[in-house]
Amino acid sequence: MYKLVTKEVLSDVSKKFEVEAPLVAKKAQPGQFIILRVDEQGERVPLTIADSDPERGTITIIFQEVGLTTKCLGQKEAGDYIADFVGPLGKPMEFPEEPGRVIAVGGGVGIAPVYPKVKGFHKAGMDVTSIIGARCKDLLILEDEMRAVSKELHVCTDDGSYGHHGFVSDILQKYLDDGEPIAEIIAVGPLPMMRAIVNQTRPYGVKTVVSLNPVMVDGTGMCGACRVTVGEETKFTCVDGPVFDGHQVDFDELVARSRMYLDQEKKALENCRCGGAK
Amino acid sequence: MAHDIKKKHPMEEQNPQERVKNFDEVPFGYDIDTAVAEAERCLDCKKAPCRQGCPVEVNIPAFIMSIKDRKFEESIAAMKADNSLPAICGRVCPQESQCESFCVRAKKGEPVGIGRLERFIADWQLKEGVEDPKLPEPTGKKVAVVGAGPAGLTCAGDLAKLGHDVTMYEAFHTPGGVLVYGIPEFRLPKEIVAKEVDYIQRLGVKLETNMVIGKTITVDELFEEHGFDAVFIGTGAGLPTFLGIPGENLLGVYSANEFLTRTNLMKAYRFPEFDTPIHVGKNVAVVGAGNVAMDSARTALRLGAENVYIVYRRSDKEMPARLEEIHHAEEEGVQFRLLTNPIGINGDDKGWVKGMECMQMRLCEPDESGRCRPEPIEDSNFVLDVDTVVVAVGQTPNPLVPQTTTGLKTGRKGTIDADEFGKTSREGVWAGGDIVTGAATVINAMGAGKMAAKNIDEYLKSK
Ligand SMILES: Cc1cc2nc3c(=O)[nH]c(=O)nc-3n(C[C@H](O)[C@H](O)[C@H](O)COP(=O)(O)OP(=O)(O)OC[C@H]3O[C@@H](n4cnc5c(N)ncnc54)[C@H](O)[C@@H]3O)c2cc1C
Ligand SMILES: Cc1cc2nc3c(=O)[nH]c(=O)nc-3n(C[C@H](O)[C@H](O)[C@H](O)COP(=O)(O)OP(=O)(O)OC[C@H]3O[C@@H](n4cnc5c(N)ncnc54)[C@H](O)[C@@H]3O)c2cc1C
Ligand code: SF4
Ligand code: SF4
Ligand code: FES
Ligand SMILES: [Mg+2]
Repeated sequence: MYKLVTKEVLSDVSKKFEVEAPLVAKKAQPGQFIILRVDEQGERVPLTIADSDPERGTITIIFQEVGLTTKCLGQKEAGDYIADFVGPLGKPMEFPEEPGRVIAVGGGVGIAPVYPKVKGFHKAGMDVTSIIGARCKDLLILEDEMRAVSKELHVCTDDGSYGHHGFVSDILQKYLDDGEPIAEIIAVGPLPMMRAIVNQTRPYGVKTVVSLNPVMVDGTGMCGACRVTVGEETKFTCVDGPVFDGHQVDFDELVARSRMYLDQEKKALENCRCGGAK
Repeated sequence: MAHDIKKKHPMEEQNPQERVKNFDEVPFGYDIDTAVAEAERCLDCKKAPCRQGCPVEVNIPAFIMSIKDRKFEESIAAMKADNSLPAICGRVCPQESQCESFCVRAKKGEPVGIGRLERFIADWQLKEGVEDPKLPEPTGKKVAVVGAGPAGLTCAGDLAKLGHDVTMYEAFHTPGGVLVYGIPEFRLPKEIVAKEVDYIQRLGVKLETNMVIGKTITVDELFEEHGFDAVFIGTGAGLPTFLGIPGENLLGVYSANEFLTRTNLMKAYRFPEFDTPIHVGKNVAVVGAGNVAMDSARTALRLGAENVYIVYRRSDKEMPARLEEIHHAEEEGVQFRLLTNPIGINGDDKGWVKGMECMQMRLCEPDESGRCRPEPIEDSNFVLDVDTVVVAVGQTPNPLVPQTTTGLKTGRKGTIDADEFGKTSREGVWAGGDIVTGAATVINAMGAGKMAAKNIDEYLKSK
């Protein structure tokens, strides 16, 4: 059993926990993730390691309540326990080889996985320009944390309730146009956002890495559920990723595959046993 | 006299029409009188040829004679001297190609039902309750066992019985390896695996689940930071092989590993009571013809598929699965499409499988492995009408541990090099089971775990 040490409600749909997992905390690197199971009937779901504190022996996870498991998890309080927590899984993020500006783009709950990467760059003494966005002000998460590790921070909301009225891609376009060399763009968010960013940067030939979130089971390379096509090859996201060169990723396939269990997911939510579903 | 009976006493089982609707175990096992009668068929041979067919050389006549005399305590003691997981081996060993194939009674009629008797005596003990074992003085030596499959469980149990302080590290949330994630409930009830694991824990073995060695802790760190004196690696052959044909990433295509893990380990067959979903359409193609393929096909039927096909590019003679499993699959209505090779999977506009393109094959002269090489017949293409495909064409070792351990030599197919005692190229590290041999059998993995335990004990004593 793994103890939830602290809980913070970031928005109506986003929650943050610090989980006691000293061995994972000691090893965690930016870019990696964990897999957890809430209870004995639970499924295994992956979440990015948003932060880690080796001294206190904790891992921070931030998640959006989108279905059964994330809703059940959201019902838990500080001091509660969950059944399983394993990691750190996946490859750590790599630093860009080319000199130039690094731009991090985070959309929605994608800000959570982008944050540890920006923090990693910051720790390594590199400057990062960050662009984060959400549908509206209430859904924006980690603004202060992102500001603390970014050289510049741009905030966008789709409805204009805060910061720039529009999409993260609007701000990104300015940097693509101003001609200053860009070493790397890191884009993490919902699949449509990542696909849009990748298509936007492709004509400029700017290296754009994305962190993928296909359906997973074991997270150690034994099931193949998480396979994605990158370039001409099939990769297992849990061991070969989750960070890949976005220009090589077959997003159509990934989007289709991420919808494989929509019917069952709806049914699971109707049968929800944790009281998390309305 | 029972000696004259040419055939094994039959073992009652659920009838095929009923059992395809549930996940309960198929055979019921012998009752006491049937077991005694079957034991009476054993000739108690002096040389006991049957023993050479068993990778751990179970003292077969001894355990069977005790059943005959209704001395069940003695029987199980004789069994457990060589085999610590008889309830499992009695169910899943390929007896027809191991112990039973050497039985003298097989020359005229059927061999003694060694597997069935093994299962009987093991179940008898599980029902009676297992006494807590007496443990020797602690030696103060620490051993880490990586992977809680049959190899790891056996090695850990044997080392604990010798007084060593053993910790087992398992990547999954549940111990058992293939016994829990691969082999289905209807062939090996998970309760039995849990009881065997419980026994090993009662021997004093500590179990740490959710520990991916190579990620959470490396083997190097087990020595340097966690103070272990020796490490046994039994991480199995968990990496799925795909066919490399177009359409393999369509929705509805599974590796057998995923299909079986969702069903067995995650209990998707009890969805939505359990949260993990699985998708099974009306018509399912299972590619391959080994045990894994039979398990997948029989699972698909139980999950509600109407037509389940075994698609295999060679003929029935080459099918690697156990005869009993093929027979069970046939009885349940699995359809065999032999000499048939998949060359592509077709999808609909939403990305779901809607058919599998195949070619008819013919067999030519045998290759190095002694099997006949199949060749495609020209213009024989046809589309098999399926909406789900399960790829069951083999597994290879997971590279996680070899990649992250210094000084560990590996073979061409990603296996860890180890000698007959399980000793690897790195001092203090042993390995055994599928990670060394590639995908093999439960009893071979156990045998390797046992051998390594003995060798590790000698090493620790000499240190
Ligand atoms: C490497 C990785 C890192 C991730 N990091 C985060 C994060 O930091 N914060 C966050 O909110 N979300 C993250 N996700 C997504 C998160 O795993 C899913 O939102 C979650 O599994 C949904 O489960 P559910 O039961 O609540 O919803 P469901 O209703 O079951 O699923 C909603 C959608 O989530 C996806 N999903 C469902 N089951 C799984 C599964 N087992 N594995 C992966 N995706 C699944 C499917 O696309 C599905 O349609 C990450 C995913 C991956 C692969
Ligand atoms: C579907 C199926 C059906 C089968 N049917 C039969 C049968 O009827 N009869 C028979 O004799 N054999 C059968 N086999 C083969 C048999 O199950 C295997 O040969 C046997 O389980 C191998 O044992 P093992 O201990 O070497 O590995 P495994 O059983 O694979 O166990 C390895 C364990 O190590 C864990 N692990 C892996 N990597 C790590 C890591 N990095 N850190 C920590 N833990 C890790 C795994 O999670 C797993 O629990 C079958 C196999 C399958 C897949
Ligand atoms: S362990 Fe397997 S091979 Fe050995 S006697 Fe028992 S059933 Fe036969
Ligand atoms: S060979 Fe057959 S008959 Fe002889 S001891 Fe073994 S099981 Fe009994
Ligand atoms: S989640 Fe199973 S292989 Fe990646
Ligand atoms: Mg879910």
